[in-house]
Formats: sequence, structure tokens, C-alpha cells
Amino acid sequence: MNPSAPTPDWTALRADFPILDQAVHGRPLVYLDNAATTQKPRAVIAALSRYYERDNANVHRAIHELSSRATAAYEAARARAAAFIHAASAEEIVFTRGTTESINLVAYAFTPRLRPGDVILATEMEHHSNLVPWQLLARRTGAQLRLVPVTGDDGRLDLSGLDGLLADRARLFAFTHISNSLGTINPVAELCARARRAGVVTLVDAAQSAGHRPLDVQALGCDFLAFSGHKMAGPTGIGVLYGRHALLDALDPFQAGGEMIASVQFDASTWNKVPHKFEAGTPDIAGTVGLHAAMDYLDGLGRAAIAAHDERLAQLAYERLRAVPGIRLLGPAGARGGLVSFALPGVHAHDVVTFADQEGVALRGGHHCTQPLLRKLGAPATTRASFYLYNTEAEVDRLADVIRQAARFFGSGV
Amino acid sequence: MDLTELYQSVILEHNRRPRNFRRLPDANRSAAGNNPVCGDEITVYVRLEQDRIADIGFEGAGCAISQASASVMTQRLKGKTIAEAEALFGRFKDIVTQGAPDEEDLDLSAFAGVHQFPARIKCATLGWHAAINAIHGEAVTATTE
Repeated sequence: MNPSAPTPDWTALRADFPILDQAVHGRPLVYLDNAATTQKPRAVIAALSRYYERDNANVHRAIHELSSRATAAYEAARARAAAFIHAASAEEIVFTRGTTESINLVAYAFTPRLRPGDVILATEMEHHSNLVPWQLLARRTGAQLRLVPVTGDDGRLDLSGLDGLLADRARLFAFTHISNSLGTINPVAELCARARRAGVVTLVDAAQSAGHRPLDVQALGCDFLAFSGHKMAGPTGIGVLYGRHALLDALDPFQAGGEMIASVQFDASTWNKVPHKFEAGTPDIAGTVGLHAAMDYLDGLGRAAIAAHDERLAQLAYERLRAVPGIRLLGPAGARGGLVSFALPGVHAHDVVTFADQEGVALRGGHHCTQPLLRKLGAPATTRASFYLYNTEAEVDRLADVIRQAARFFGSGV
Repeated sequence: MDLTELYQSVILEHNRRPRNFRRLPDANRSAAGNNPVCGDEITVYVRLEQDRIADIGFEGAGCAISQASASVMTQRLKGKTIAEAEALFGRFKDIVTQGAPDEEDLDLSAFAGVHQFPARIKCATLGWHAAINAIHGEAVTATTE
């Protein structure tokens, strides 16, 4: 965000992450499962402790001092999240448990807005959490779910038919910013502009991008955007749904309970204002405090610098792995997010992951919650290495070495 | 932990060249199994004559443990009665959960190292669950969940 900021010392900042300093199976830990969840810096862990040791109380309910502090911290985190993604106001930030709950909130609240024959549009590269909620919404409303196709192993969206799909009764278009299984970076601003011209509401799954690169929801032109704290150096259990104010205002509540009401009678109630009408019950207050610290930490380094770092490591890994005989790399060859997904001929991803784990290298193997996509590409499971700000070139070397050893051990391609 | 304890040469060899890896044209029983965590999928085909397994084969894709286990299983189950097959599965479960090798059955004992990798026990038993379901004519998909 600050282009004049000095480039961070990526190796030195590893000391901010206590968990990285350990051996696994006798080897120094190389943590490359950051697309699943990232590690947390001391600043985040300390913010959580400080909140529970000094300020803990329920929000918006009581008059006493601790409640005032907790409420102030909670609302300060909301304002910080708004600034983090350049939302027009803090009221456009709804706190949720994470990306999945954010998407489910929109899918549920959209129920009365769809009629049989309407179309919900998503893409073939969506995580199950941005696919299954729309399947359920389609089932509830009689709407139809259609998917923008993926071209093949290079993992790009085939946008040739998009305008036609958008024009044919589409009401909502949900798509990911960065694919968690392919690393593809989708052209969000272009997709949103095309949807807006067709009068279609957009939802962007930013789970893999929010902690990695600058985000400006107004420049992107999206209506909704969802992300998780734990994939961006923050705690688990907290996430954000951004929604344009007018849209949030028009939607019905998702869950009902305390906090989300203006007045309650025995037979009817009226709703609190946005965003509170979507935040029934006691929220994860500590989670928002931790998320606030995480956002400060990331912007202290500069998200543009983080993006450059992660994508450089992923590109380096892509080049090193391409030299492994017979390896199949999925996703675009260039311009990829901070991850690499691949398959060794004749070796299942789980065996690769078990092998790497014995060398202290934490990878992920499987379908990465994109089962239909991998089935379409004819790759039932892949191994994925995903990078974050504390990973180093030396760790990419260890990755490449361990994959070569695994290929030899299992007799890949023999 | 030496990885060769988990991946014995018998397992690596069966994974590379799985035995009875085919759909039986004359199967009268079959059952599928899957492990949703890793995407392992398997289908076991059985030709049952009275209560004896006259022939058995499998198809699928999965990790070395699941593929090798299914391969060894087909060799062990061919010609066995239903009761013998169930007893053998009981012995195999003991091997993979407790790590106690069976001196009389070196191929099954190759899977003893699995017990040190609890997440992989499901891989080792997937084919067996599908086979037992097939024998009993249960059309449900065996799942490790």
C-alpha cells in the first residue's frame, strides 16, 4: 500500500512467527500449507492475550467500562477492515466466522429474491464453499446454477460465453479471486464490470487474496466480497463479508437473535441497521481484535510487497518442479498466485505428502475442496505447495529436493 | 521413523503393478468405496459361487497404501469362503491397527507399518470394506467416514 516502503527482510521476520522455529520428524519445519491456513505473528497472539487479560466483556449491551472497551475494540476492527479493503464505510463490513459463512449468508439472504428459472452463475474453479451454497439456493428457489468453464490444465476461465450467460436471466455471479487449487488469478474488475453492465450482482471469494495483495472493493466494482482472518495471519473463527450498503440494507437477516433486532414483540420484530442486523448473538470479539492486529501487521510490510514475494516463490517453485521428469503442473505457467499444484505420474498425492512430512515439509494433497474441477481435468488428487510472507528461497529448494526424492522412492513414471 | 517401514517393498511393488486390476465381466457382486478426504476411489468386483469367491478384481485410483492393499487382498481372497474372507479381514485389521505382524502371512504383514500412521489406516482398509460389502450384496458405497 506504501510503494516507497523499504522491502521487508523476509528471513528476519520469521522471528515474528514462533511456530516456525521447530523440528518436525527431526528436520526443520518447512510450512507450505498456507492456502489452508497461515501461521500467526506474535503481534496477533499478543493482541488476543491482551484482550482476554484486560478488556474482555460483551459488546453493545452493557454500560460498564470493560464493555465500552470491548465495544470500542470491536468497532475499531470493523473500521480497520473497511480501510483494509477500501470500503466506502465501516457499515459495509459484516463480521462472520469466515469466508464460508460469508458466502452462506448471501446465499441464504438471497432466497426471496430468486424465482424459478432465474440463474445463479459461478465457475468451475470454485472451492466447494463457493459452489455448494449456490446448489442449495438453486434447490430452494427453483433457480438454475450455471458454471463458467475452465479451459484445461492452464486453469483459466473461458470467458467467451460470459456475456451470453450473464444476459440469460442471471441474477448473481459468484467467483473466486485466486483459485486455491490452480493458483489462477481471475480478472475481477473485468468480470465485475461485465456483470454490472448486465445488471447482475457479484460476489468475490477473496479467501486466497485478501492477505496476499492490496484489495480495493470500489476499484474492483464488486457487490460482495468474502474473506477469512486465518488465511491472512489472523485467528481462526473470524471472517468478513463486505457488501455494498444499499444491497445489505435490502437483504433479509441470515440468523436471528440478540443484537440484530431494533425492537421485539412476542409476535414480530424489526431489524437493527446494517451491519448489525447480520450479526446475531455474541460475536467473536477477540477474533476481531486479532484480525485487526493481523491487518496492521500485513500493511506494515505492505501487501504489494507480500504479493511480489509470494508470487516470486511460487514461480520459482514452478520452474524447479517443471524439471522433475513426467511431472504435471496445473494452473497458469505465469501470473499465478502464491501456490503450485502438481501431480507425479503414478504417485498419489497422499504418498507424496506423507513422504514430504517425514522430511519436515508440510504440503497438502487431495482435491483441495475442488472435487468437480479436478475430476474434469482428470487429476483425482494433486499435491499443493502454497507460500506466504515467511517462506524463503531455501525452502523452495527443500521442496524441489523432497519432490525429486519422492518421485525416485515411489518409482514415478516407471 | 523410516519411511520404508510404511512403504515396504511389497507395497511399492503392488502399487506399481497391481494384481487383478480389472473389471470382471462375469461378476455377480460389486461394491464401491471412497475416501472423501483424499479422493481415493475403488470398485471391487466379485464372482461368488455359493459361498465361495471364485474370482475377484478391482479398479480405482488412490494412494500406494490403498492400491497395494486392494491388490494383495484380491490374491488372498480368491478361492476363500465368505467366513474365511471375514476372518482374514479381522486379521488384517489387527495388523494395520496394532502393528502385530502375522508370521504366516508376509504379504499382509507388509502393512504392519501403517499402524504408526493413523491417518492411513483408512487407506489400507478401503478395498477390504468394499469387498466385504460386495460379498454381502450391499449396494451402498463403503466410505471411510
